[in-house]
Amino acid sequence: MNNVEISRRGVIVGTTAVAVASSVPALADNGDGPEMAAPAVSPMPLSFTVNGEPRELSLDPRTTLLDALREHLHLTGTKKGCDHGQCGACTVIVEGQRINSCLSLALMHEGDDITTIEGLGTPDKLHPMQAAFVKHDGYQCGYCTPGQICSAVAVLDEIKRGIPSHVQADLNAKPTATNIEMRERMSGNICRCGAYSNIAEAMADVVGAKA
Amino acid sequence: MRAFTYERAKDAASAARIVAGRPGAKFIAGGTNLLDLMKIEVETPTHLVDLQDLEFDKITPIAGGGLRIGALVSNTDLAADARVRRDYGVLTRAIVAGASGQLRNKASTAGNLLQRTRCSYFYDTNMPCNKRKPGSGCAAIGGYSRQLGVIGVSDKCIATFPGDMAVAMRLLDAVIETVDGDGASRAIPIADFYRLWGDTPEQDTVLKPGELITAVTLPKPLGGKHFYEKVRDRASYAFALVSVAAVIQPDGNGRVAFGGVAPRPWRIEAAEALLPRGAAAVTARAFQGATPTKDNAFKLPLATRALASVLAEAKA
Repeated sequence: MNNVEISRRGVIVGTTAVAVASSVPALADNGDGPEMAAPAVSPMPLSFTVNGEPRELSLDPRTTLLDALREHLHLTGTKKGCDHGQCGACTVIVEGQRINSCLSLALMHEGDDITTIEGLGTPDKLHPMQAAFVKHDGYQCGYCTPGQICSAVAVLDEIKRGIPSHVQADLNAKPTATNIEMRERMSGNICRCGAYSNIAEAMADVVGAKA
Repeated sequence: MRAFTYERAKDAASAARIVAGRPGAKFIAGGTNLLDLMKIEVETPTHLVDLQDLEFDKITPIAGGGLRIGALVSNTDLAADARVRRDYGVLTRAIVAGASGQLRNKASTAGNLLQRTRCSYFYDTNMPCNKRKPGSGCAAIGGYSRQLGVIGVSDKCIATFPGDMAVAMRLLDAVIETVDGDGASRAIPIADFYRLWGDTPEQDTVLKPGELITAVTLPKPLGGKHFYEKVRDRASYAFALVSVAAVIQPDGNGRVAFGGVAPRPWRIEAAEALLPRGAAAVTARAFQGATPTKDNAFKLPLATRALASVLAEAKA
């Protein structure tokens, strides 16, 4: 399958790369930053595992992990919100840790094991966090939800592993999954509909605590 | 984003050699600040050298009772390290007061030190900015400056260093270890690491082109009570208006550094000596010669009150 041909963004990126590669390097200057000749760029190979499946791609180095997932692998559950790491809609779990996939180059994830919302559960077999979001109405429009759920799953794991947080009174104590802990740890996921209290209740349900 | 070529570094010396010898080349570690700036073309590298395979991801004890923190240790791992939590609580507190969980998982120790200002005029490529484009002017001076610097700034730039981790490291007298393109290594006390803007605000630090941070060392623990008080516009995931890092000893002496106010973590040792006399005495000395704007003059009384709150807690 040629991913470059079937993706609109892929076509644009691919065309740009070819145009640059076949022309005399141009001086790039929009008035900012030092003037620097644009390099000739060829696509580079990438192998990683996404939701348990080995995947291979050939990518312009500029491709973010988010764009690789959405535009090249067509895993469109992961959303592009701000594309600057401010909203959390693009949150995925890489090697067991949640990250903003928009602020990471796909090529930086050679060999990595990546879990997206599609890998957490299926419509027939929901992940407990997905089921809890449904039960507690942890969304309205749903755009931020895949990022919220990936983040929430990782947050509970971070609490279990004893990762400290800003609201922890005693740094040397084990954190517990209280409402204030979950709210602090979820602050990198913005919900413009304001479903925060229901998200906290869904998370509390999964850990068997009271929100 | 502008086009660039990409490679993974095999060792620190060759990474430094590549970047030193190739204009337009940059290191990338976590990438959380660099890629953000590349997307808006404030940063336009033509070649990226990815450092992730270098073995700078450990925290190890050093002679004399301190710690060496590898440059690639993530913010999460540094904050969570049991020795750091126990002996350098101000550092854990500062790290978890910054960014979001997702960002702390990816951001590296060296990258956190090297993050660029969040001045909105630096980010807005339609505006003049001496830091982004030397000689173009400063739209922040006379512009919207509520978030910006009150001391150590210049008539060319009033941006702040935005981070939290470095404020705690300044308090702890951390030392930054580097290797350059010729293979030479050096150790830079963090007090000398960040430049004041002066006439060349485009240079944030004293690092030479291609000079690579390999580790940060912390001297032996200070004891005392550790605090990081961060005042910001929302309770989480926002940059500091003012922050106070402090270690207070049982006799009332101690150390204090401020964030969100200057081009570097702001610590004045002569001001610390006044800690037993209270917050107002300390900030009067620490902010002597301050040049706030109408928009950010509130940071001066805010710094006093934030420190007063820390000192009250230290006594409790």
